[in-house]
Amino acid sequence: MLTIKVLGSGCTNCKKLEAVTRQVIDQMAVQAEVIKVTEYPDIMAYNIMSTPGLVINEKVVSFGRIPSFAEITTFVANALEAA
Amino acid sequence: MTTHTTKRLFVTLAIVTFAWLVAYNVIQPLADWISYSAFGLARDSRLGTSLAFFLYDVPKILLLLSGMVFAISIVRTFFSPERTRALLGGRREGVGNIFAALLGIVTPFCSCSAVPLFIGFVESGIPLGVTFSFLIAAPTINEVAIILLFGLFGWKVAALYITSGLVVAIVAGFIIGRLKMEKYVEDFVWKIQHTADVTEEKLNWADRIERARESVKEIVGKVWLYVVVGIAVGAGIHGYVPEDALASILGKQAWWSVPAAVLIGIPLYSNAAGIVPIVGTLIEKGASVGTALAFMMSVIGLSLPEAVILKRVLKMPLLITFFAVIAVAIMLTGYMFNWIL
Repeated sequence: MLTIKVLGSGCTNCKKLEAVTRQVIDQMAVQAEVIKVTEYPDIMAYNIMSTPGLVINEKVVSFGRIPSFAEITTFVANALEAA
Repeated sequence: MTTHTTKRLFVTLAIVTFAWLVAYNVIQPLADWISYSAFGLARDSRLGTSLAFFLYDVPKILLLLSGMVFAISIVRTFFSPERTRALLGGRREGVGNIFAALLGIVTPFCSCSAVPLFIGFVESGIPLGVTFSFLIAAPTINEVAIILLFGLFGWKVAALYITSGLVVAIVAGFIIGRLKMEKYVEDFVWKIQHTADVTEEKLNWADRIERARESVKEIVGKVWLYVVVGIAVGAGIHGYVPEDALASILGKQAWWSVPAAVLIGIPLYSNAAGIVPIVGTLIEKGASVGTALAFMMSVIGLSLPEAVILKRVLKMPLLITFFAVIAVAIMLTGYMFNWIL
């Protein structure tokens, strides 16, 4: 079971990132919980300065942009391997 | 990434650049040919000049936008907010404000990241005023605005705009720093604990080109319609409204036109793509350059949505000071350019 967090205060890009991430999870058929982190103190705990950020099992895998479907697939696969 | 694929990438890039250059050079004769030969409009007719103007300007601006956004995005892959923070760390006020404003031009920035950026700068010890210089320069001196000004009115106006943005950012940031308003930053900002750390990504050339391609797609996709409509309105006014129609209300003689332009600009919220063709038209019809640039900076740099975003980290007195100082700085820049030019 992966814990995936989407960091961002609710801007369009954050919503897009969440949507792509959910597609990846569905397609890979992995057990994962997607949490949206919208409060600044919580976002800033991850020490990023540009949103949206993507965190898988407490590891920041990308920030400041929306990674492609393929990239997120790789992130998820790597996290599964490490888990 | 093998050297083979990298090589292929550069060959593709060279071909695209060549096609871009060819296209850029044929649009003028093509626009003239369509307007005056295919449609048979007279060269001195209003409809003819308006149509030729439109058919030339739209593809020209779209080509310039794609080409220059690509180039700027490549440059920006070498700058990240994290690197900018490192460069600004330990700089004193004054020099720090100048650095921050300059870095504001090249660091990738989106207004939705204004708050994380603000927090990240301030808690790492960068002075408040220096942080504000960055936060003013980054959205105001915006690449789309610069490209459009350059494409529609030439490099002088574009350079003027960059200079005024820098002056406003440096001066306003310096003043805010002198006012010692740290206590008006929301308390939670000073108390943030990091539970995780990020490592900066290593990018190769293929990544940089891919990133740049993505931002061209995103930015041009977002603004092309504004550009077409803006130029259409501009082309109509170009052919039909007499020159100097606006000179009496927006010209140099009318001293009140600068503050009026700034005040009107605050509630108006538009992206650069929508405002530049309109500003250009104002100048063409007799508005003075300083007044027009002040209006444009006010629309792009002072926006209510941004105030709402910043309200999360700034207490009211600081938020109001922030807006007031920028507004005054923009007015002074407007007067300065009216006086110089």
